[in-house]
Amino acid sequence: MILDGKCPTGPIQQSWDKHRFDLKLVNPANKRKYNVIVVGTGLAGGAAAASLGELGYNVQAFCYQDSPRRAHSIAAQGGINAAKAYPNDGDSIYRLFYDTIKGGDFRAREADVWRLAQVSNNIIDQCVAQGVPFARDYAGYLDNRSFGGAQVSRTFYARGQTGQQLLLGAYSALSRQIKLGTVKMYARREMLDLVVVDGVARGITVRNLVTGELESYAADAVCLATGGYVNVFYLSTNAMGCSVTAKWAAHKKGAYFANPCYTQIHPTCIPQAGDYQSKLTLMSESLRNDGRCWVPKKKEDCGKHPNDVAEEDRDYYLERKYPSFGNLAPRDIASRAAKEQCDDERGVGPGGRGVYLDFATSIKRVGADTIKERYGNLFEMYEKITDENGYKRPMRMYPAPHYSMGGLWVDYNLMSNIPGLFVLGEANFSVHGANRLGASALMQGLADGYFVIPYTIGGYLAGVKPVGTSTDAAEFKQSKEEVNGNVSKLLGINGKKTVSEFMRELGGLMWENCGMARSNESLNINLQKIPALREEFWNNVKVTGTGAEFNQDLENAGRTADFLEFAELMCRDALHREESCGGHFRTEHQYDDGEAMRDDSNFCYAGAWEFKGINNEPELHKEPLKFENVHLAVRSYK
Amino acid sequence: MSDHKTMTINLVVWRQKNANDTGKFENYTVKGITEHHSFLEMLDVLNEDLIKAGKQPVAFDHDCREGICGMCSQVINGMPHGGQERTTVCQLHMRKFHDGDTIYIEPWRARAFPIVKDLVVDREALDKIIQAGGYTSCHTGGVPDGNAILIPKPAADEAMDAAECIGCGACVAGCPNGAAMLFTGAKVSQFAVLPQGKAEAKTRVTNMVQAMKDCGFGNCTNHYECMAACPKGINVKFIARMNREYLKAQF
Repeated sequence: MILDGKCPTGPIQQSWDKHRFDLKLVNPANKRKYNVIVVGTGLAGGAAAASLGELGYNVQAFCYQDSPRRAHSIAAQGGINAAKAYPNDGDSIYRLFYDTIKGGDFRAREADVWRLAQVSNNIIDQCVAQGVPFARDYAGYLDNRSFGGAQVSRTFYARGQTGQQLLLGAYSALSRQIKLGTVKMYARREMLDLVVVDGVARGITVRNLVTGELESYAADAVCLATGGYVNVFYLSTNAMGCSVTAKWAAHKKGAYFANPCYTQIHPTCIPQAGDYQSKLTLMSESLRNDGRCWVPKKKEDCGKHPNDVAEEDRDYYLERKYPSFGNLAPRDIASRAAKEQCDDERGVGPGGRGVYLDFATSIKRVGADTIKERYGNLFEMYEKITDENGYKRPMRMYPAPHYSMGGLWVDYNLMSNIPGLFVLGEANFSVHGANRLGASALMQGLADGYFVIPYTIGGYLAGVKPVGTSTDAAEFKQSKEEVNGNVSKLLGINGKKTVSEFMRELGGLMWENCGMARSNESLNINLQKIPALREEFWNNVKVTGTGAEFNQDLENAGRTADFLEFAELMCRDALHREESCGGHFRTEHQYDDGEAMRDDSNFCYAGAWEFKGINNEPELHKEPLKFENVHLAVRSYK
Repeated sequence: MSDHKTMTINLVVWRQKNANDTGKFENYTVKGITEHHSFLEMLDVLNEDLIKAGKQPVAFDHDCREGICGMCSQVINGMPHGGQERTTVCQLHMRKFHDGDTIYIEPWRARAFPIVKDLVVDREALDKIIQAGGYTSCHTGGVPDGNAILIPKPAADEAMDAAECIGCGACVAGCPNGAAMLFTGAKVSQFAVLPQGKAEAKTRVTNMVQAMKDCGFGNCTNHYECMAACPKGINVKFIARMNREYLKAQF
């Protein structure tokens, strides 16, 4: 089936304005008759719940954490992009649009990206009004810094905690609505199923993580803002609770999953120190404003103290390979370059899997105090984890899974193929194509939550009659029974292996065979091994406790079970996409210099998969991508 | 991977089935811990051992494991987050401990934070304080350009110092009175120094202080334990500022 994203036609500059005018409205008195469920309270979900509450809808918001303020958007460090052009350096909405399309390796929809660039400026204004303490210069104006994949400074920031401050802004707006009664907040609830009645999304089944009770909630529309799935690699920069579970539940109920193979491996993370490790920690891309990446030119220097490697014996490989972008090459490119150096046996640190990020030149130029003011908290974090002082010796870095560009398929209105099911932020596939540029995730989350869904959901609701919040329909009961069956099954296996042993094994397979480089061979290995591992899981996992209590072992078991199914789809998608683009690098498809080789004549589409049952082949639907405003070209940062 | 020596750690952990259970300490021993294990990774090792032995693992809150979400919350050897300066439990590493050490682990203890299970507590009271006024009442859309409001750098920096709070509740756990004055003071101060917060300054501080009382938090008697416990180094000067704002609001 050919999918239609229902993008507006005509000049792109007017596309969003025209579409907003064309959308139907729900009058203020009628808004209060509609109920909306929002799952997830990060930047996208928090902003959506607050904005929809402000408009007068009855909102029910859910998060698995103990408070909506803790969603993993909070961990974003470096900043948020906007096309304000305050520095007078040639930026514009068009340039942000262009950079994002190119950064995504021409695998995103033009209209969605244009809208994102256009509303980026509103986001900054909104956050300032909320009291987000963005960095200011001495005259009191907003300050900017640079990020990868752009030659202008368009990134707004709040020290190294931009995500935290933006999330607290959204959380404060949400808190205000909770107080006003327009939003009812349900914390410590995990969505385990989507309820579809007569082909329309009508509610969710959640597990109350404190009591273990299964609860049903109904509404006129369901918004998923449940983040990404890179914990499929086990070790990633995501929070421990981030999972594919809510998205996978929707997928199994009919929502298409688009481009699952597009995962972002972030170039600057603290290298793994041991097998016991539970997560990887990212160090902001902003560090590459002042830090220079290098490895020794000679293999024999790799074991030396970095300060003992002579200047002429250092290979500043990003500056060498990409002179016009240098250390600010985009993430996919910088990650692959780091891997390339380590594969060439010139990596440093344990196992030779690391490169240096060196601040010595910048400290000499601007002084240690300025560097400290810019990135103090990051140096502190680095020292806590590694016991090394980044001011005195270069930091060690290695790429790690960080973000998923793929997600549930949505049309221009952010609605999935299931009517009434909307998907926001990282959970959808819409704007980043095959690679996301730095400081764009925060931009997308808030754009979707504050400035897109409040309009587009009205367009949908205006066409349907409000149905109330009754959960009497048979589908709710059936969904609860299914979820309950799953929980009982997990608790009844009583095998020999722990949940984390399975998750580590799956993560290892994914990192090895579907990570930074993928091949026909490696993916086929996974397509053999994953179903076998899944089978073993369902026969030999050990889950302690009961379902009727606070049970973190059970929570993890459920998430792992879903990852074991999802991982197969991810490999299948990677196998079918016989090209390299952005974060998806197929070793068979590269130029002589190792750059990614796209195949626009055969793969210029979003691939959306339809679930056909576990152990059955999913069906692929394609949405062709048209480029009318940006010329399809080989992506170069040289 | 560079580890040749490992540690054996004795743990004395608070176990409590649910809010109604009385709870008690249990002793455990974990082996094979390296200096690079984070504190929570050490507990992961314990929990794997417990699960394999068919026992219930220790429940503890955690999520980002990089010191920013504010989910982790343990009193270690009597100190919230373990006592390393500006460090959350998840960022605490085992290199701060020695082979053979005995470590006591307890949940946050405060009237306003009922225990959910083991080391997990209910901190909804902190959300209630924010709901009472921890915001500017701006509506999405219809706001001026970001640069239309000039904010002197010192004011922006001070607001940021206050805004760094991660809402973990260590200040409450550290306070002999179970007060949330540092938490509330930081939020009140963030808005008090910014022009955007001026319009609602009086109602904000009044309502937030009232919510604090209603939730069962105590008051401040200047022990400064909160500042010592705070993993983000929030300064007690923000409590002084809140008191000043509160007084101003009464006239």
